[in-house]
Amino acid sequence: MLDDFIQWLGATPISLRIQEVFWIIPTVQAVHILAISVVLASMAMFDARLLGLAGKRNSIASLSRRFMPWLWGALIVLAASGCILIIGEPKRSLGNVVFQLKMCMLATAIAATLGFQSVLKRDLAGGAADLAPAHAAVAKITGLLSLVLWVGIAVAGRLIAYTS
Amino acid sequence: MFERFLHWLESTAPAIAISESSWLFPGIESVHVLGIALVVGSITMVDLRLLDLNLRERPVGELIAETLPWTWTAFAVAVCSGALMFSSNATHYWGTVPFRAKMLLLTLAGINMMAFHATIHRSVDSWGRLSPTPWAAKLCGGISLGLWVGVVLLGRWIGFV
Repeated sequence: MLDDFIQWLGATPISLRIQEVFWIIPTVQAVHILAISVVLASMAMFDARLLGLAGKRNSIASLSRRFMPWLWGALIVLAASGCILIIGEPKRSLGNVVFQLKMCMLATAIAATLGFQSVLKRDLAGGAADLAPAHAAVAKITGLLSLVLWVGIAVAGRLIAYTS
Repeated sequence: MFERFLHWLESTAPAIAISESSWLFPGIESVHVLGIALVVGSITMVDLRLLDLNLRERPVGELIAETLPWTWTAFAVAVCSGALMFSSNATHYWGTVPFRAKMLLLTLAGINMMAFHATIHRSVDSWGRLSPTPWAAKLCGGISLGLWVGVVLLGRWIGFV
């Protein structure tokens, strides 16, 4: 079924167009890398704060306000540029185990971020100045998980080119 | 002379190991992507502040002091991994247009950074809390952002020629 979809997608006029014009794939890949740069830098700094390794002068709440809009904004760019790359090379991506693993890691990273944000939001709504001290372990686990997943996502993204 | 250096580079043990292994190059390339992502991401934060588009409430001097260690650490990772990839096929890369253009843009980005630190950054304590930022800061931030976008674009292009 996935094979049928890949075949159909690869034969659509828009896919053929992306395959024919030599500069589309490299340019869109570059845009994709620029957006992942924003995600990785934002999340590395935020996760380092959650792990207590850096940025302790800033509250978790203030860093969350600073970095989360960039995460979601960059994710939109990543999704859009990623879709163009998938349409242009459906077999290389959708049919690739590393790509599928990347999508699983992405879903987990987003779920972990949303989960942590809801914990933080509840603490702030309850009148706390920052994440409640009782949730310190949640912050550490989220920070570590997020850091490992985003690094894994970027590495998997590059390895798609070398696997099938 | 330089050609001989490139040939020698390709004949070194690490270069041969990378070109003969099926996983070393992709592995090093992944590390390179992580390095360049942190370099570009952290520089973008500062550039957008210099352009007065982001983090307006943050004093510029503080932001730069907080961000620079991330940038330099990641830059060291990107240079080492990049040098290893280059060594595996040095004569080929040196002969390509995107590689040479990328090195040129990197050099310009370095000059732009030094010019910024030698001039407008010296008085950052007096303007760093202001919004809008001075025109010279905006100029340096804009040039830097443009050059790094170019570096990423050309870097990706090297793999297609």
